[in-house]
Amino acid sequence: MQTSTRPGDKLAAWVIYLILIVTAIAVIYPLYWVVLGALNPGSSLFRTSILPTGLTLDHFRELFNETDYLIWYRNTLFVAVMNMILSTVLVVTAAYAFSQFRFPGRKQTLMAMLVLQMFPSFMGMIAIYILLLQINLLDNLWGLILVYAGGSIPFGAWLVKGYFDAQPRSLVEAAKIDGASNFTIFFRVMMPLSVPIVTFVAVNNFIGPWMDFIFARLVLRSSDKYTLAIGLFNMVTGRSNTDFTKFAAGALLVSIPIALLFLFLQRYIIEGLKAGANKG
Amino acid sequence: MVVLLNGKVHARAGALLSLLFMGLGQIYNRQFVKGLLYALLELYVLIFWSKPFAEAMHGLITLGDKVQQRSARGTIIEQGDHSIILMITGIIFALLFLLFIAVYALNIRDAYKVGAMRDKGEKPRNFTASIAHAWEQGFAYILLTPSFVFALFTIVLPLIFGILIAFTNYSGPNHLPPKNLVDWVGFETFTSLIQFRAWSNTFLGVLTWTIIWAVLATFTTYFTGLFYALLLNHRVVKFKKFWRTLLILPWAVPGVISLLIFRNMFNGEFGPINQYLKMIGLQAIPWFSDPFWAKFAIVVVNIWFGFPYWMALMSGVLTNIDKELYEAAEIDGAGGFQRFRSITLPLILFSTAPLLIMSFAHNFNNFNMIYLFTSGGPANPSYSYAGSTDILISWIYKLTLEQNKFNMASVVSIFIFIVVAGFSIWNFRRTRAFKEEDMVA
Repeated sequence: MQTSTRPGDKLAAWVIYLILIVTAIAVIYPLYWVVLGALNPGSSLFRTSILPTGLTLDHFRELFNETDYLIWYRNTLFVAVMNMILSTVLVVTAAYAFSQFRFPGRKQTLMAMLVLQMFPSFMGMIAIYILLLQINLLDNLWGLILVYAGGSIPFGAWLVKGYFDAQPRSLVEAAKIDGASNFTIFFRVMMPLSVPIVTFVAVNNFIGPWMDFIFARLVLRSSDKYTLAIGLFNMVTGRSNTDFTKFAAGALLVSIPIALLFLFLQRYIIEGLKAGANKG
Repeated sequence: MVVLLNGKVHARAGALLSLLFMGLGQIYNRQFVKGLLYALLELYVLIFWSKPFAEAMHGLITLGDKVQQRSARGTIIEQGDHSIILMITGIIFALLFLLFIAVYALNIRDAYKVGAMRDKGEKPRNFTASIAHAWEQGFAYILLTPSFVFALFTIVLPLIFGILIAFTNYSGPNHLPPKNLVDWVGFETFTSLIQFRAWSNTFLGVLTWTIIWAVLATFTTYFTGLFYALLLNHRVVKFKKFWRTLLILPWAVPGVISLLIFRNMFNGEFGPINQYLKMIGLQAIPWFSDPFWAKFAIVVVNIWFGFPYWMALMSGVLTNIDKELYEAAEIDGAGGFQRFRSITLPLILFSTAPLLIMSFAHNFNNFNMIYLFTSGGPANPSYSYAGSTDILISWIYKLTLEQNKFNMASVVSIFIFIVVAGFSIWNFRRTRAFKEEDMVA
């Protein structure tokens, strides 16, 4: 059926490819424009030519020498990795408890987590600010990591719990009969089955800090503590146009690894989102 | 031993004793070590935490009564009470108290259960066996403790605080600690949101745009995504994987980055979009200074961001549709459009409807889109602290971090919660997930 050509296919192909090419240009242009800004000599937003007039790495040099970009990069990477580890551990352990055990308070906690998810996240901002201030974690990367990790629990735990629920119970029962302890069942039976969803949670929590603006802005106060989102935002909104090429260079260095990571793992991400949809 | 008429004597006695004082029931059940530990816990709490608890509750209720004293030159003579810190301390103590009550309840439950075992003639466990038993039975609690503590301090406590703020006068310039005290004012802030024109105007204006925005953003991305999913699924398209990867790029690039890129591209004076418009002889469009064009730009840019998500999801659905369905329909004489309408569309709608509602809720609170792209501008003189493209969430952000109107921000947050919660619950009840979920404790 797939190879048979039909009347009208040729016209359809023309129309479809035309649309696809136009869309591809619209999708790529903003990204191309940044590449251009980063590599082209000169430092203005104003640009009428679509092709580069030359190649230079000056903007990267300026970026490294005149701003704290490398520090921001290191900060973001640190927060991302720590958040990934901490959130994944918290989410997976909580989800496992909810999925495998029936204990007093289980139902209430599950409902509470659902409700908690629905509040606008920065309703708690002022309290978080004051709490971090009191325990000396304001303007500290660990403060931000703790806030992220706490926030990832309700959604993540529901998601992973749904996945655990869907695994055949007979495997766990069999392991129990063989005398396996809770620990063994968790690491030897459940974990190997759950690679896709755990990957999704880990990737989500790794990418989160690269994207978050609100909490990073709230918690981090001095330039040497900024994450990339804050640093780059200040670069384009502060003294405006003259900094654009530096911003472009910086944006490029963030976007490429993150986009590659995303494309590489998109199968897990899409599966995870679908699972999330079905479990609320 | 005496033969008991009622088989629950030990159970009831144990529970009652444990209710009187923690651990008494356990001791009565001859679990001395456990009982002693419980009793020590209660003693410790009573001796060391009664006074701080009473003070914390006093602070929570009064929000402080010593005003900061300053000399004529403005130097601080006496620090005074910090209402907000008192409030947070009060909430922490109240939560810890609830936790203590929970442990107390467990202690009673335990005494009852062990008592019941004795009633049946079984021997109560000794301490080591109890520990081993708790390790197996309480494994869930052990697993949950870290998450619980995290969630308590980063979500629950801040949220309770956020809600309580709505009932105080915590706002600049006259009620900001540590200089001034904050007081409970009941529903005053709620009524002023409705009564004062400056507030109600802004609220209604921002709310209207928020709803329009959320509806437009959801449907434009949904149908654009559907369109491209169908297009890519067409049999004449070769290199499907290549095209899909290309079109998914806007989703792959970090949103903060691409929004800032667009902010520059739409720049009224220097941005390339206006440059191109001028090149082909059109007028430059005031993207960020005219409310209509600013809103237009937001919706268009959002399509760029949002459609790959739907496209990817729907492509997945499309490839999973059973080919035989189409073949059967074709044999029955259904045309291309008919097949689309009665097979493809219902299947896609069915599997994406829950996500559609979640997406609406997401857009309703899409702070990044508004704040990073237009920062809420252009300015709107008839609004209080909001610009023409501000949605509720970005207005709250400005009220909180830029204007110190904490109480008003909190009132609006509560409103958002009601809307979002309403949608989510409605959505949740409709999906199978809830019915299948084994909610029986």
